[in-house]
Amino acid sequence: MKPLSIRDLSVSFGALRVLHDISFDVRAGECFGLVGESGSGKSTVLSCAAMLWSQWTGRVEIDGVSVQDMSPAERCRTLQMVFQDPYGSLHPRHAIRTVLSEPLKIQGFDNRDARMEQALGDVGLPVDFLDRYPHQLSGGQRQRVAIARALIVEPDVLLLDEPTSALDVSVQAEILNLLAKLRDEKGFTYIMVSHDLAVVDHMCDRFAVMQTGRVVEVLDHDAISSNGATEPYARELIAASLEYERIA
Amino acid sequence: MSDTLPPQPKPKSPQWVTATGNILRFLFRQPPSAFGLVVLVLLIGSAVLAPVLATHDPYVQDLTATLLPPSSAHFFGTDELGRDVYSRLMHGSRITLTIVFLVTITVGPIGLFVGTVAGYFGGRTDTVLMRLTDIFLSFPSLILSLAFVAALGPSLNNAIIAISLTAWPPIARLARAETMTFRRADFISAARLQGASPARIIWKSIVPMCMPSVLIRLTLNMATVILTAAGLGFLGLGAQPPLPEWGAMIATGRRYMIDSWWLVTFPGLAILAVSLAFNLLGDGLRDALDPKQMHRR
Repeated sequence: MKPLSIRDLSVSFGALRVLHDISFDVRAGECFGLVGESGSGKSTVLSCAAMLWSQWTGRVEIDGVSVQDMSPAERCRTLQMVFQDPYGSLHPRHAIRTVLSEPLKIQGFDNRDARMEQALGDVGLPVDFLDRYPHQLSGGQRQRVAIARALIVEPDVLLLDEPTSALDVSVQAEILNLLAKLRDEKGFTYIMVSHDLAVVDHMCDRFAVMQTGRVVEVLDHDAISSNGATEPYARELIAASLEYERIA
Repeated sequence: MSDTLPPQPKPKSPQWVTATGNILRFLFRQPPSAFGLVVLVLLIGSAVLAPVLATHDPYVQDLTATLLPPSSAHFFGTDELGRDVYSRLMHGSRITLTIVFLVTITVGPIGLFVGTVAGYFGGRTDTVLMRLTDIFLSFPSLILSLAFVAALGPSLNNAIIAISLTAWPPIARLARAETMTFRRADFISAARLQGASPARIIWKSIVPMCMPSVLIRLTLNMATVILTAAGLGFLGLGAQPPLPEWGAMIATGRRYMIDSWWLVTFPGLAILAVSLAFNLLGDGLRDALDPKQMHRR
């Protein structure tokens, strides 16, 4: 289990400032949520932390080591990401065996077959899925494969970019329960982006509310049901979500 | 979520074998692409079996039997030096196939490499590589080949190099456009997060995605290659006499065309049939490799 801290993370595209001095800390083994409306910069935070986007200033540290100073191999074994759309995150022409064996080959792991079987078992898929192609799987199964791909290199931190928003409700619950189970078993630290407060309520210990590239407030999980936010925007967001649930 | 998908019939059989079988079956169901395949098979067959199928030696002159019309002794007649046109056509298919094959295996990898590298890296790499491509694209291809062959001297090898020189830019453009549509895709990001090097990402993730459209383009290109080669041969800048190249055969037959129609007709028909076949095959492949239809197979 490793903690993660983000300090003064800023991103600009030319004159446009996308993220303004984002700072928050995630405790070791915690599930930390990032919520906010579309375009508030939630996913950008993850892209920066994962170094998919490297033009940013500030510090992102995992267990005291800056992700910018890590070698690609070290970073790969420290943090992995699960993407929003399971239809876009698996290579359409790679069998599941290729999807899972590639990271093992790149990182030079031994016992590849055993590790692949272990990873598929961890996400609740049978071993004979190794020879299937993504188009032969359902959305939920694909997302399980994407999770297996992330955890096969034994990272400490998993970045979850709306891992369930492309799935229908019953499958969402399965994937969320799977993620919760994996965290209990393997002690991952999660950062989970979502705009669904119900998902955050279910999964996260704490969460940050973001608006137009700023962290408005960092709240405890209990703040949702009691609407304990102090900032007006966070109150409004939580109230709207509670209102929506009452109607639904 | 139980796995309700039916078990795969043969999970271990290599996927490309079944895929190739499916594609061939699809091509044979469509009359045009079936025609293309049949002509292609005939072309390869006649090239391989040319010594068996040819009734005469394509180089032996017989000045007592010049410009004979088609008959049972000479199926397609004889030319001005008494050589058997049918035998020369059969041997000429070897030259045609060599040109097509050599041009395709040079042009395909070069175009794919330039296109995927430019598309993946973007920025300055893209600008430099694409301006280079533009330079080649801005010349009319036949003129560039002509200039090249004129500079290096007319020969079959120079013709092949000249055609390759003009045929790779469209492939590079295609591969670049294709690459740019998914270079920001999540599966590329995932590969980067796994620590894959750019070379590995291009080779393992991008090239397989570009392959279908590049293959289609290459097949369609073969028709142009054949026509350009025949054109260069016709102008005397490609294969040199006495090589039985089809374009060169038409060029020499042109002088006797009014009295001896068979000299230009049969090589002309051969060029027509083969370039048409490659075009139809390319069209058929486009339908067969359409990603939207992939799921049905």
